[in-house]
Amino acid sequence: MQLDQILQYTLSGLSTGAIYALIGIGFSIIYNATGIINFAQGEFVMLGGLFTLTGLQLLHLPLWASVPFSITATTVIGILFERLAIRPLRQPTPLNLVIITIGCSILIRGLAMLFWGKDTHAIQSFSGDNPIAIGGATILPQHIWILVVTLIIIAINKFYFYHTISGKAMRACSYNRRAAGLVGIDVRRMVLFSFIISSAMGAVAGIIVAPLTMTAYDVGVMLGLKGFCAAIIGGMSSGISTVIGGLILGVLESLGAGLISSGYKDAIAFIILLLILFIRPQGLFGKADSERV
Amino acid sequence: MLEVSAVTQIFGGVTALENVSFSISKGDITGVIGPNGAGKTTLFNIITGIYKQTAGRVILEGRDITGLPPERLARLAMVRTFQNIELFGAMTVLENVMVGMHTKSTSGLLACALKMPWSISEEKKIRKGAMKWLEFTGISELADHTAGSLPFGKGRLLEIARALAVGPRIILMDEPAAGLNSHETLGLAQLIKQIRDLGITVVLVEHDMELVMDICDRIIVLNLGRKLAEGTPREIQESKEVIAAYLGDDD
Repeated sequence: MQLDQILQYTLSGLSTGAIYALIGIGFSIIYNATGIINFAQGEFVMLGGLFTLTGLQLLHLPLWASVPFSITATTVIGILFERLAIRPLRQPTPLNLVIITIGCSILIRGLAMLFWGKDTHAIQSFSGDNPIAIGGATILPQHIWILVVTLIIIAINKFYFYHTISGKAMRACSYNRRAAGLVGIDVRRMVLFSFIISSAMGAVAGIIVAPLTMTAYDVGVMLGLKGFCAAIIGGMSSGISTVIGGLILGVLESLGAGLISSGYKDAIAFIILLLILFIRPQGLFGKADSERV
Repeated sequence: MLEVSAVTQIFGGVTALENVSFSISKGDITGVIGPNGAGKTTLFNIITGIYKQTAGRVILEGRDITGLPPERLARLAMVRTFQNIELFGAMTVLENVMVGMHTKSTSGLLACALKMPWSISEEKKIRKGAMKWLEFTGISELADHTAGSLPFGKGRLLEIARALAVGPRIILMDEPAAGLNSHETLGLAQLIKQIRDLGITVVLVEHDMELVMDICDRIIVLNLGRKLAEGTPREIQESKEVIAAYLGDDD
C-alpha cells in the first residue's frame, strides 16, 4: 500500500517536474544569452494557458489549432517584451533588469486579469481523462502528454544548440560576448532569439499543464518561481542539469505533499531553493561540468 | 584599403591618441609599433569599433566605418584578434571556427526549425569549411578538444583560424606573438605571410621587432599618442626619431 502510494506520488511528481524543467530552461536560455534573470518567465506560462483558452472558447478553434495560436501569441508578447523593455536600455545594470522584469511581470499579469478576468478556467485534456494503471499507481493521459512533449522540446533544444550554426552562435554569446561580436554575431539579435525561444517554451509548458491544474491570470507567479528553483538546482544550465533539477523538485514536492502534508507543497520548493543557494550556489552539479547554454 | 584620418582619443584628461593619420594599402602586411603606452592598442580598439574616438574618421574601402559596432565590421570583412586570446572556452576547437562562419549562414532560427534537412546540409558545409581553416593554421588534429584546454600558442592559432573563417579582407592582430616561444613565433611569421598570400590585408601591433622587421611591408611608429614615422622596415630602422624614441636621446 505504502509502496503504491510512493509510486503514485513519484509518477505525478515527475510530470509536474517536467513542467518545472521546461520553465527552468526558459530561465536559463535568457540568462545565458543576456545575464538577465527574467522574472516574467512565469507570465509566459500563464499566457500559454490563457491564449489556448481564448483559441478554444472565443475563436472556437479546435485544440490542434489553439495550441499553435497560443504559442504564437505568447511569442509575440515575448518579442514585444524584449523590444520595448530590454533593448532600449543602454547601460543596463543587473538591478535595473531585475526591476524591469518584475515590473513587466506585474503589468502582464494585470492586463491578463483585465482581459480574462479573475476566474480560474479549465481546459479540456488533450486525450480524455481515463486513468492508465501503471503497477499499483494510475496516471492520466495528460501526464503522458506532459512527459512526451517535454522530452521532445528538450531534444529539439539540444539539437538547436549543438547542431545548428545559429544555436552554436547563441552558445558562443553565452561564453564570450565580446568575441562573439567580433566574429560577426549580432549579439542583440541573439538576445531577441533567446526571448523568442523562452517565451515559446514557457507557452508550451503553460498549455500542457493547464488541463491538469486549471489556469488563471495569476498561475505564472508560482510556476515561475518553481521553474526558477529548477534552474537554480541545475546551475542555470539549459541542458540536462536543469531537467534533472525540475524532476527532483517535482518528485520531492509531490512526495512531501503526499507523505507529510499537502499544505507544505510549495514550502518544500522554497526550502530546496534556499538550501541550494546557501550550500551549492553553483547548482547541484557544479559549474564546471554543467553545460551553460 | 583602410584609412585612418586625424583620429584623436581623449580619456578624461589623458590624450591617448592625437591627430593620427595613415593609410594601409591592400595586400600589405603593416606593422604598428611603438613603446609601451604609445596608443597602439587604443588605435586598434578604435578601428575595430570597441572604442568610439573623440575625433577623426576611419574609412574602410571607401566607406566611413566610424563608430560601427564590431559585428557590423565583421560583416564588412574586417576582423581582429586579441592580445589575450578570446575564445569560446567551453566549445570545441571546431565549433569555435564554425561560429566564425556564422555570418555566412543563411538559415536563421526559423529556417532551422522549418527546413531542418537544408540546415543540416548547410551545417555539414560549414563544418567542412571550418576544418579547412584548422588545417590552414595547422591545428586540425585538435578539432575535437575544448578550446579552453588548449595551450596558449594553439589558442592563438585557433583565434586566427576563427577570424579567417569570418572571411575577412583585412585582419588586425593585437600582439600575435605575445606569449609565444621562439619556435611558435617562427611558425606565426610563416602563417601571417600565408594569410597575406590569400589576398588578405594584415595589420599587426607587435613588440617582437625581429618578427615585425621580417614580415612587414610597411611600418607605422607611434610614440606618446602621435605618429612618429612611417615607412619600410629599412627606413624605420634607419630613422633617427625612431631610434631616439626607443633608446632615448643622446642629449
